[in-house]
Amino acid sequence: MSDIKDKILKIYPAAEFEQGDCLLVNVAEKDWHDFAARLKNELAFDVLSAVVGVDWKESIGVVYYLTSTSRAWEMLAVKVVCADRENAYIHTVSDLWGVANFQEREVYDMFGIKFIDHPDMRRFFLRNDWVGNPLRKDYDASPGLNPIRLEDEVNEDDTRTFTLDGNGNVKENPKKVFGEDEYVINIGPQHPSTHGVMRFRASIDGEMVRKVDVVSGYIHRGIEKLCEGLGYPQLLHFTDRMDYMSAHMNRHCLCLCIEKALGIVVPERAVVIRTMMDELMRISSHLLSFGCTAMDLGATTAFFYGFREREMVLDIFEKTCGARMSMNYNVIGGVVADIHPDFVKDVKALVEIMPERLKEYHTVFTNNLIARNRLEGVGLLRKEDAVSYDITGPSGRGSGWSCDCRKKHPYAAYDRVEFDEVLLDGCDSFSRYMVRMKEIEQSCRILAQLVDNIPEGDIRAQVPKILKLPEGRWYQQVEASRGTFGVYIESKGEKTPWRVHFQSPCFNLVGVMDLTCSGYMIADLITIGAALDFVIPDIDR
Amino acid sequence: MFDFGKWTSAFNDWLLGTGMADWLAILIECVLIGVGVLLVYTVLALFYILYERKLCAWFQCRLGPMRVGKWGLLQVFADMFKILIKELICLKGTDRFLFKLAPYLVITSSVVMLACLPWGNGLQIIDWNIGIFFVLAVSSVGVLGILLAGWSSNNKYTLIGAMRSGAQMVSYELSLGLALITICVLAGTLNISELVWAQKDAWFLFKGHVPAIIAFIIYVIAATAETNRGPFDLPEAEHELTAGYHTEYSGIHFGFFYLAEYLNLFIVSGIASLMFLGGWMPLHIPGWDGFNAVMDFIPSPVWFLLKAFFISFVIIWFKWTFPRVRIDQMLSFEWKYLMPFSLANLVLMAVFVAFGWHF
Repeated sequence: MSDIKDKILKIYPAAEFEQGDCLLVNVAEKDWHDFAARLKNELAFDVLSAVVGVDWKESIGVVYYLTSTSRAWEMLAVKVVCADRENAYIHTVSDLWGVANFQEREVYDMFGIKFIDHPDMRRFFLRNDWVGNPLRKDYDASPGLNPIRLEDEVNEDDTRTFTLDGNGNVKENPKKVFGEDEYVINIGPQHPSTHGVMRFRASIDGEMVRKVDVVSGYIHRGIEKLCEGLGYPQLLHFTDRMDYMSAHMNRHCLCLCIEKALGIVVPERAVVIRTMMDELMRISSHLLSFGCTAMDLGATTAFFYGFREREMVLDIFEKTCGARMSMNYNVIGGVVADIHPDFVKDVKALVEIMPERLKEYHTVFTNNLIARNRLEGVGLLRKEDAVSYDITGPSGRGSGWSCDCRKKHPYAAYDRVEFDEVLLDGCDSFSRYMVRMKEIEQSCRILAQLVDNIPEGDIRAQVPKILKLPEGRWYQQVEASRGTFGVYIESKGEKTPWRVHFQSPCFNLVGVMDLTCSGYMIADLITIGAALDFVIPDIDR
Repeated sequence: MFDFGKWTSAFNDWLLGTGMADWLAILIECVLIGVGVLLVYTVLALFYILYERKLCAWFQCRLGPMRVGKWGLLQVFADMFKILIKELICLKGTDRFLFKLAPYLVITSSVVMLACLPWGNGLQIIDWNIGIFFVLAVSSVGVLGILLAGWSSNNKYTLIGAMRSGAQMVSYELSLGLALITICVLAGTLNISELVWAQKDAWFLFKGHVPAIIAFIIYVIAATAETNRGPFDLPEAEHELTAGYHTEYSGIHFGFFYLAEYLNLFIVSGIASLMFLGGWMPLHIPGWDGFNAVMDFIPSPVWFLLKAFFISFVIIWFKWTFPRVRIDQMLSFEWKYLMPFSLANLVLMAVFVAFGWHF
């Protein structure tokens, strides 16, 4: 750790450090872009894991979380505070890390921080006519300002870039998203293949897609804003409703983050149960993904095959958690209820049946010539781009990027089970699809190792009735079904968090839609979307 | 084998015997046949909708419609009444005349094709010397309806769907036509009833050796594409274009497209049974006179329908098994593989016929 401190001091002598769960560097806004470039190029922080806007009341700014893949996934936080709260601006890093493009748009939307030189500074979630920036602490939430609008949002083709002139004044430069003579077709918000209310505006030339513009926010629920007014145990249920196909993992992540802050030790039994639930969830998610990919490609029958086995997983959840979706199973300190007496038997049955069923999927869909032609070579995402856009999970591993959080920062029981990180280097939709299919096998392997070794004991640690996190900030990552899910909590020592940020994998996935779809056909856009497998509530939160 | 022609000519004689003028008798017969064709059309459409829903359910480990009537048998009637009472919506900005004309073009072409099919011995409605050529010509009118529907809806999805459909149908019509011509070379006639009678001793599929079998395979593939069914259902690719060219249609206007689609499935199957499986002709094996006599006891319409349903089953099976192809893959498949193969096959058949290598 001191080693990295020295290196940072060498490139930026004015750095001030804070020690939290990972090292944090305070950087002045004017030095930020150069410092970021040197962090990336000289200190090999090649992944931008999270961009968290925070309003500290006296000041406003952004906390960036960087990860270095080459140095054992070491994380570094960088805090950049804006000079002026009312006219807040920060230089963009979207030229260094592709993922910053959408992340900064979200911060702009929620905090009103303008990112200088950002290529396309539009709001990301809220309507263009929304008044105010909700996550600012001085946000006026009176209903009169933002009534329920009864008219459609104007189809906004206008965007802008902000530049800084010589006197340090921010200048706005208008810009258009699409050219005058482009043929733009809306895919969504109500469309069978966007798997939710997502809207892509695709500029097409015949059947070829030239550009994809992502319009998000149709089911934005303001979860991060809601979190600021609720106590810690009350936050938990939101996580099940983001990526509902990673409900257990997301909740697991938030619990881990709070447990880390409070120093709670989770009983062994709960740790193993949590791990098993995560893997069952992963199987269920990947089965759904298989089914939806097949269905988006027109193979409706394969869809039902995937759902048939997913049903078994959901039955297991139903018996133990009492629900098939939004299970609300993990709680701070453990799990809410002990496993059902049938749990072990049902898991064994699932693990036993899966290899044979996977073979069936491959016969009916994977090895079909048409399916191969539709998936192979479609939506190329090179490894460099996957890293730059922080595409984790099966989609990143389909580009050959080893990014499995379970291996990099082992949590729960992952350090004591044997499993392989599935890596394929096709970089195309087929690789992404195949990684999922192979991950089902690996999940079954993990389950088989744990199912007979669930330790006896408590399922929950003793946790105080009223939870107050000490002052500080924590960041926790887990491997959700679609990639690395991160939770950022900042506390000022109160019953409610000061700021909670959820870094969802799907947010990043949708960021590469333009990159992967351009130059392919309309039908490929659907294939690519299916193979990236984003879940909309996870993007919108 | 019973000749239904006896009944029809007896009816004709009876009409004329009442002292009726010739033109009036023909008019009455035409009206009766028209009503009959429309009735058969409706009943078949209802049957096909249930047939496909049940088949696809069984492929997908489901039961299919089960609630309305025993085994869901009345479901299609409920659906039919529902679609009849739905409002016909015509959106702003559509070309109202073309928008309303399009479904009628599609349904007309498919009704006319239905009338050309060999329903049974003596049950031939339209029968003239260019029979199969006429069928191909009429089938092209349907494309016009689809293109008009896509264009007049003033919607980007429908336009793309219609363009895909145009490209697809124009392309696959070639292979379809060539596969049929191959059989016409073997039969030496275009007349539908003569085509059936020419298969009296054995069906063309067995008569024509290798080229007939190749033509049959090409025909089934091309026919699947012609009817816009999976894996060639790009014009209405649900997951890309919501519903393709008929996105903006509602009520019975949508129903017409829907019915025409199912009936076209029956029609291409019917033509396949006519050209390859002997139409209404029972299964005859040369030399097995006893067997042939037994086969003759089964009425000819039953033979025809069973054969058509069987081919439809195969096409439905395709749809519920394969993923959808992409537009460029579909076109290159036709122009690079299917069409050259059909041309070569046509030459092969000509050689076979010239040297008398067939049965």
